[in-house]
Amino acid sequence: MGVVFFVIAGLTVAGALAAVLLKNTVHCALALTVAFAGLALLFLKLDAQFAGFAQILVYIGAVAILVVFAILLTRGSETPKDGVYSRNWLVGLVIAAGVFAVLGWAVLQSVGGFPSQSGPAPVVTVLQIGQALMGRYVLPLEIVALLLTAALIGAVIVAMHEKEGAQ
Amino acid sequence: MNPLAGYLLVAALLFAIGLAGALTRRNAILVLIGIELMLNAANLNLIAFWRYGPHPEALTGMMFAIFSIAVAAAEAAVGLGLVIQIHRHAHTTDLDAMNRMKG
Repeated sequence: MGVVFFVIAGLTVAGALAAVLLKNTVHCALALTVAFAGLALLFLKLDAQFAGFAQILVYIGAVAILVVFAILLTRGSETPKDGVYSRNWLVGLVIAAGVFAVLGWAVLQSVGGFPSQSGPAPVVTVLQIGQALMGRYVLPLEIVALLLTAALIGAVIVAMHEKEGAQ
Repeated sequence: MNPLAGYLLVAALLFAIGLAGALTRRNAILVLIGIELMLNAANLNLIAFWRYGPHPEALTGMMFAIFSIAVAAAEAAVGLGLVIQIHRHAHTTDLDAMNRMKG
């Protein structure tokens, strides 16, 4: 547990907190990008280079841009006059705190069974990942391809502008 | 502190923050942001268990995380498309104002 981990973890948690707490929706999207970048750094620190760069490409490159587009298309950057939090915000906060308490308790209870330090960094080449995707994981890969195609078509159809009297 | 426990605690904190955002914000896009944070926390758990597990050369945890990232991308695209369509229909993204399912 070096200083690097605490710096990256602090950055990630601060970005996530800002994404949830800030009033201006565009600022929330920017803070979300910081949290995604921190998570990508954590993946890189865990020697998962491929997942880290996939995180950067997919989340920072695509999902954050989608969120910004959605905010601008829905004029969501205007702060509503009756607050940004729901009427039942206290209930939500209590539920989230309870979930964190349970998860943290479970982690701290089982810490004795954890390995105290990681083994040598596994050498994961892109060749190995490609062979795994084309060999053992070829069925999930095909299913994900089908899912992405369906999501692409579905998102376009859902968001498509209906012309007057088109029905 | 145990390194695996550190990663798991960060993931639990991120999950709780995302859950709090999804449950307390009014704006539908902010709720989607909270859901994305929760998905990312789960991915961090998968990668951490893969790295500190007995067989990291088997690539299972990382593959799971990569597929999870792909599914999350599809979810974000469809979710934001739905939000845009609802805004076009009801002229609001305030979830407290959306109180009927009929168009």
